[in-house]
Amino acid sequence: MSALLSVDGLTKHFPVRGGLLNRAKAVVQAVDDVSFEVAVGETLGIVGESGCGKSTTARLLMHLVPLDRGTISFDGKSIGAREDLSHRDLHRQMQMVFQDSYASLNPRLPVSMSIAFGPLVHGTPKSAALARAIDLLQAVGLDPLLFANRYPHELSGGQRQRINVARALALEPRLVILDEAVSALDKSIEAQVLNLLIDLKERFDLTYIFISHDLNVVRFISDRVMVMYLGKVVELGPVGRIYRDPKHPYTKALLGAMPSMDTRRRTKEAPLSGDPPNPINPPSGCRFRTRCQFAEAVCAAAPPTLEMDGNGRAVACHMLVPGSGHSLA
Amino acid sequence: MWSYISRRLLYAVPILLGVSMLVFALIHLAPGDVVDLLVPPEVPRDVADALRRRFALDQPIYIQYFAWLGRLLVGDLGISFFNNRPVSDELFSALGNTLMLALPATVLGFGLGVMFGALAAFNHGTWLDKAFSAAAITGVSLPHYWVGIVLVAIFAVILNAVPAQGMGAGGFPTSWEQLRHLILPVVTLSLIPMGVVSRLVRANVLEILSHEFVSTLHAKGLMSRRVLYHVMKNAAPSALALMGLQFGYLLGGSILVETVFNWPGSGGLMNLAIFRRDIPVLSATILVLAAIFVVINILVDVLQALIDPRMRR
Amino acid sequence: MTDTPVIAIADPLQALQRAQQGKSYWKRVWERLRQDKVTLAMAAVLAALLIMVIFAPWFTAHDPYQASVLRRLKPVGFPGHWLGTDEVGRDLWSRMVYGGRLSLLAGVMPVFLALLVGGFLGILAGYAGGIVNSAIMRLVDVLYAFPSVLLAIAITGILGAGLENTILALTIAFVPPLVRISEAVTMQSRNLDFVEAARASGAGALKILQYHILNNVLGPILVYATSLISIGIILAAGLSFLGLGVTPPSAEWGLMLNNLRQALWVDPVITALPGVMIFITSMCFNLLSDGLRQAMDVRL
Repeated sequence: MSALLSVDGLTKHFPVRGGLLNRAKAVVQAVDDVSFEVAVGETLGIVGESGCGKSTTARLLMHLVPLDRGTISFDGKSIGAREDLSHRDLHRQMQMVFQDSYASLNPRLPVSMSIAFGPLVHGTPKSAALARAIDLLQAVGLDPLLFANRYPHELSGGQRQRINVARALALEPRLVILDEAVSALDKSIEAQVLNLLIDLKERFDLTYIFISHDLNVVRFISDRVMVMYLGKVVELGPVGRIYRDPKHPYTKALLGAMPSMDTRRRTKEAPLSGDPPNPINPPSGCRFRTRCQFAEAVCAAAPPTLEMDGNGRAVACHMLVPGSGHSLA
Repeated sequence: MWSYISRRLLYAVPILLGVSMLVFALIHLAPGDVVDLLVPPEVPRDVADALRRRFALDQPIYIQYFAWLGRLLVGDLGISFFNNRPVSDELFSALGNTLMLALPATVLGFGLGVMFGALAAFNHGTWLDKAFSAAAITGVSLPHYWVGIVLVAIFAVILNAVPAQGMGAGGFPTSWEQLRHLILPVVTLSLIPMGVVSRLVRANVLEILSHEFVSTLHAKGLMSRRVLYHVMKNAAPSALALMGLQFGYLLGGSILVETVFNWPGSGGLMNLAIFRRDIPVLSATILVLAAIFVVINILVDVLQALIDPRMRR
Repeated sequence: MTDTPVIAIADPLQALQRAQQGKSYWKRVWERLRQDKVTLAMAAVLAALLIMVIFAPWFTAHDPYQASVLRRLKPVGFPGHWLGTDEVGRDLWSRMVYGGRLSLLAGVMPVFLALLVGGFLGILAGYAGGIVNSAIMRLVDVLYAFPSVLLAIAITGILGAGLENTILALTIAFVPPLVRISEAVTMQSRNLDFVEAARASGAGALKILQYHILNNVLGPILVYATSLISIGIILAAGLSFLGLGVTPPSAEWGLMLNNLRQALWVDPVITALPGVMIFITSMCFNLLSDGLRQAMDVRL
């Protein structure tokens, strides 16, 4: 299967301003040298703690935030003003559903207009755009007769998120990024919306990038998963294999921290120690070393690179690279 | 924090420059020949020409501006058109008179405003609060100069209890006779800050009272004094900041009340200057009042930053 | 609410038509306004005032300019002049009604003009950000260095009295606060998620402004502008009171207040009358502004 989206060396640093002339005092290394691919028709999950750079990555992909370094290509084409694919056309192919269902909708527009806005902007006449909105309302399970003229504050969280999904689909994209799209919903509603997403993916031949901090949800919906820590990718691979046999210490700790109904799996001690370091001053070398029980000198000296192992898995850890200098390698 | 303060202080400089440019532009946009505005008409031709050269009035406009600015910075505010005396003399004594009104008015307005606002907030929902809201809207809709006239009508004309206008004997008020002249103008002037402060205090106190830990204090039975102290401590910074700003506003905006009461303050001075087309006095007064307002604003900002860390950007 | 993504819908066309006729936000605001009794009352009072003022000849018996030495300062209730006469013998009621024309004009027009200029600049500054924002806001800061009364007086005092200069002065005095509030609300809206989502749809600035910013921003700006009208009326009358506004022998409430001041010792009641009109008009606009604010609150 060919790659629909290809990301290489994505980097974004945010300056922290202050001081007399509002100069940049420090830098938040939000996303650092992130590379991955998304194949056509798959669902790639991205997990990590808050502040690991998942949402920034999403915004970089959508070109809502300019990147500092790296390349993004969609369907083999480069993106940009003078490139193969203009930003405008990119937005027709790639869309996003945001986390806050209420804030993502204009409180002063009826939801049908919010959905129709995308096509409107790209030249569809208003009645056709609204007709499409009606179809999409049906597709996401909301009766257009009841919902077309409602305002966001008249809807529940789950209903609003369905509207957001409809809105994302209005431009007939091929790739949809779901940035914590179900995180704010009650569990039962979350299940409904997840099932809706799976149905829609099949119906409309979509590819998903599913960002979440909820490991169970990610396992349920993803084909492959990418684990991020403090702006870097630490592990990447098919979801089943990673969940059964995590290789990176961080992934192991994350999965170990999941509460389990299984009485045989009791954790006796906390898998992770210390506080997550500040993305402004990340540790040198491997960023996870300050919380890693296997950290050694080499971990502070050089950052590990993401190594593919030929089986479709990639890990960034010195322990797994023979000859890196780590005692367990 | 110090960077914020120094940034704020530095920022005052371009603002003050901008203010001076605005006043300068206004002077030059005034109808009539600039020379006629700055130099009395009955002066003989050669003297007028000499003055023209001295004030660089035949030079391009930006040179005139810098010459004017230079004179300002050494304290030369010009010569009054009307009585040929330096403007600075009259202006600063007039300012003193305005201060005599503005200071007590601010304190009075602030004190009453805090009281009413807090009362309304503590009695939220009762008729007291509703009466306050009605009074507040009324207060904002009242032209304060009209209130001054009404007060004069009632207390000076009909009841003959206080003098209707004027300052009486000049200088710092030491006698009851002098103080009598102060009463009506101060009360009238105090209405402006009173209205604004009371609304702000009421909103702030309501917000603080709605915090959950106040309910906890309530539930524990700790009422009245403890809660009051806490509320006041939290509401104080913004209220005090407002008081400072209102004081600045009163200094600059006192002209209407001073006109009603024929008070010889900076407002009264402006009034006379307008009447006499005495542009040097008028422009200098406007400039000084605006500059004072800018300085007060900055002081208030800095004080707020020192007291309340959240204010710093 | 079902789990299956597809619902059989009876009549998609009907749904479409309903969607197109959907009540826009503004229609809803209008409906809510109509139900607010206080606002209705204020609107009625203002409408009555406006009618009286425009059709003044129908409501008054005398010429507002006609003086009469014999009939100076007659008190309220004097036969033929139900509110008395002023210091040169003109009918007070006529002068109040005719005066309303200039007072209202001088109060409302500056706010309207300032709304156009200030609103445009503020929205531009708020949406564009960066250098454009800095330039506009710094300029506004210079104007803000003056208390508004002082600014108005500076302009009319130096440039001269008269209706045009009054309107100019008040417009300039009102532009800064309108720029500030427009910029603040626009910046707020601009940072909200749905604007980002709109950008993610590939929309350009104009479309975003049209569909997402304006409908969220115009409300608060209008509410603020309405409250400014009440200040405008007070300030305009104040300028005339100082002799900087409308010039005699025109009828205008502030001017009348000044002229009648000399009559304070003769008939204090008459002196107060023009002020009552200023007060009532200002109050009406204030209450109207409050009603507008409540009607626009989306969450109520």
